[in-house]
Amino acid sequence: MSPNEMSPETMTLFSPQLAARFDALVLKYPLKRSALIPMLLYAQDEIGYLSDAVVAEVAERIGITELEVRNVASYYSMLRFKPVGKYNVQVCTNIVCMLRGAYGVFESFQEELGIGHKGVTSDGVFSLEEVECIGACCWAPAIQVNYEFHDELTAGHVPGIVAGYRGRALAEGTPTHA
Amino acid sequence: MPRLVSHPDEVKIVTRRFGMGAEKIDRYLKLGGYEAAKKCLAQGPDWIINEMKASNLRGRGGAGFPTGLKWSFVPKQNPKPKYVLVNGDESEPGTCKDHLIFLHDPHAVIEGTIIAGLAIGAKMGFIYLRGEYRHLLEIMEMAVADAYAKGFLGKNIFGSETEFQIVTQTGAGAYEVGEESALMESLEGKRGIPRIKPPFPAVVGLYGGPTVINNAETIATVPHVIEMGAAAYSATGSPRNGGTRLFCISGHVARPGVYELPMGYNLKKMIYEVAGGIRGGRTLKAVVPGGSSTPVLLPEEIENLGMDFDQVGKAGSMLGSGGVVVIDDQTCIVEFALRTMSFYQHESCGWCIPCREGTDWLKKSLTRFHAGFGVAKDIDNIQYLAENMMGRTFCPLGDAAAMPTLGFVKKFRKEFEDHLNGKPCPFAKQNKSELVEML
Repeated sequence: MSPNEMSPETMTLFSPQLAARFDALVLKYPLKRSALIPMLLYAQDEIGYLSDAVVAEVAERIGITELEVRNVASYYSMLRFKPVGKYNVQVCTNIVCMLRGAYGVFESFQEELGIGHKGVTSDGVFSLEEVECIGACCWAPAIQVNYEFHDELTAGHVPGIVAGYRGRALAEGTPTHA
Repeated sequence: MPRLVSHPDEVKIVTRRFGMGAEKIDRYLKLGGYEAAKKCLAQGPDWIINEMKASNLRGRGGAGFPTGLKWSFVPKQNPKPKYVLVNGDESEPGTCKDHLIFLHDPHAVIEGTIIAGLAIGAKMGFIYLRGEYRHLLEIMEMAVADAYAKGFLGKNIFGSETEFQIVTQTGAGAYEVGEESALMESLEGKRGIPRIKPPFPAVVGLYGGPTVINNAETIATVPHVIEMGAAAYSATGSPRNGGTRLFCISGHVARPGVYELPMGYNLKKMIYEVAGGIRGGRTLKAVVPGGSSTPVLLPEEIENLGMDFDQVGKAGSMLGSGGVVVIDDQTCIVEFALRTMSFYQHESCGWCIPCREGTDWLKKSLTRFHAGFGVAKDIDNIQYLAENMMGRTFCPLGDAAAMPTLGFVKKFRKEFEDHLNGKPCPFAKQNKSELVEML
């Protein structure tokens, strides 16, 4: 084993809690590999994105190649190989949200944050994305900020939502993913 | 938080515990929870399957396959481990019912999974939620942990010799994974691409073992069927369409929401009475009756239309996933068709060429068309492309993209023609103000 390789027993990129969670996760399924997608999600939640080091450690833990990890990860919309803002604003513009004014909401976020689709603010606090249906059609238009839903929105709600998360970022200190 | 709605015409069976704190196990037990699972444990697999057959419950994911029949396809003698897989990957635009089930009644999903496991002789069930539903996964995880603590899950469920384990997880953003074979691939830690059928999952499914895959709403309905009795449940609906359905009424209605109505309930009444009619005093232009992949219906087609699998099928569309999307007279159908196709183009997994290429070409054609650069033969070309996707892919996603497009072009041809030859979109706001200035 070369010095650059990590073994889960000796060192890990992840917090002790997450490493312990991963140890349990691979035992939960009839096949270890079933843990791959949940593991990538939780790794991304903690590290911010699927860095080369994350891919390497996940491959090691599952017992597959890094190429196989990338092949699977590249399929799923929520998994990413680049950092985003501490708060990733995902505006659904699919048919129902569109009918109820989602593009107005999206434009309002663009103005308020000064970034476009897939943009990240210079302080690293926010990123913005137009996304497909998030399963909140009866409460449209809806968005998700990380995993939190906000529904029945108008463009007028946007400054308040942004201010709320900006306040949280300040209270929690500098963004971790910038 | 998603707003809960109600209407006097609702028959609350699956939603009867919504908003009552039933996500807590003690509350769920007080409200009669886990009695159905205990009864099924005592009665045995044949009784369960017969009850499910008699209930006329049909799959709520979209295809409407009879649940009892599906369960009966699992071979009893197969030596491989059998599995139950609950599809909570709810991703069909217009659909948000599983969202409420996981939020308000997670134990109903667990109990339904146990019953399905008892019926087919599985020792393990998986509940797979879409990746965006992380907060709902946490509610499910809590509920599963509570069920283990009470001994309802584990090596000896309800103190019996029977074992049943449940594993919960989410996906990571992929519409295609809602298709049953792609769902199994995803659960095995792979890209969500479909498998060729046959073999069907009931014979060769997850990890190669016989697998029953049901939609989360179907599974959450199962304990209620057992509780009420198959005959009473079936009688709630229309012929061959047992029970109620969670209709997600969305779009341009005054009171959008998830309403539980008997199968066969009139669509016009659903829009005008239950959901309060078209908002802002506008008129109805079109309805997408069962999620974005179902062909659009015109106002004159819904007059006497009962919402069940057979009647909507006869009307040339599908009941699908229960997502009723209501469109008013100020909406551009070409733009709506384009947004629908952008979705399918984004979500096509790329495995089958007719879907991968077809959705891309259709999106390009519709984009050009909506921008005013279409020519007359494009309309026929859009129809030709869509027709050639139908039935030529491993999974139903190719059809799901083609069917609504065909509906839009056939039923709104005039509106497509109105976009021809550089004419501005008749519905675009900026164009309207330009027109006013020109006048």
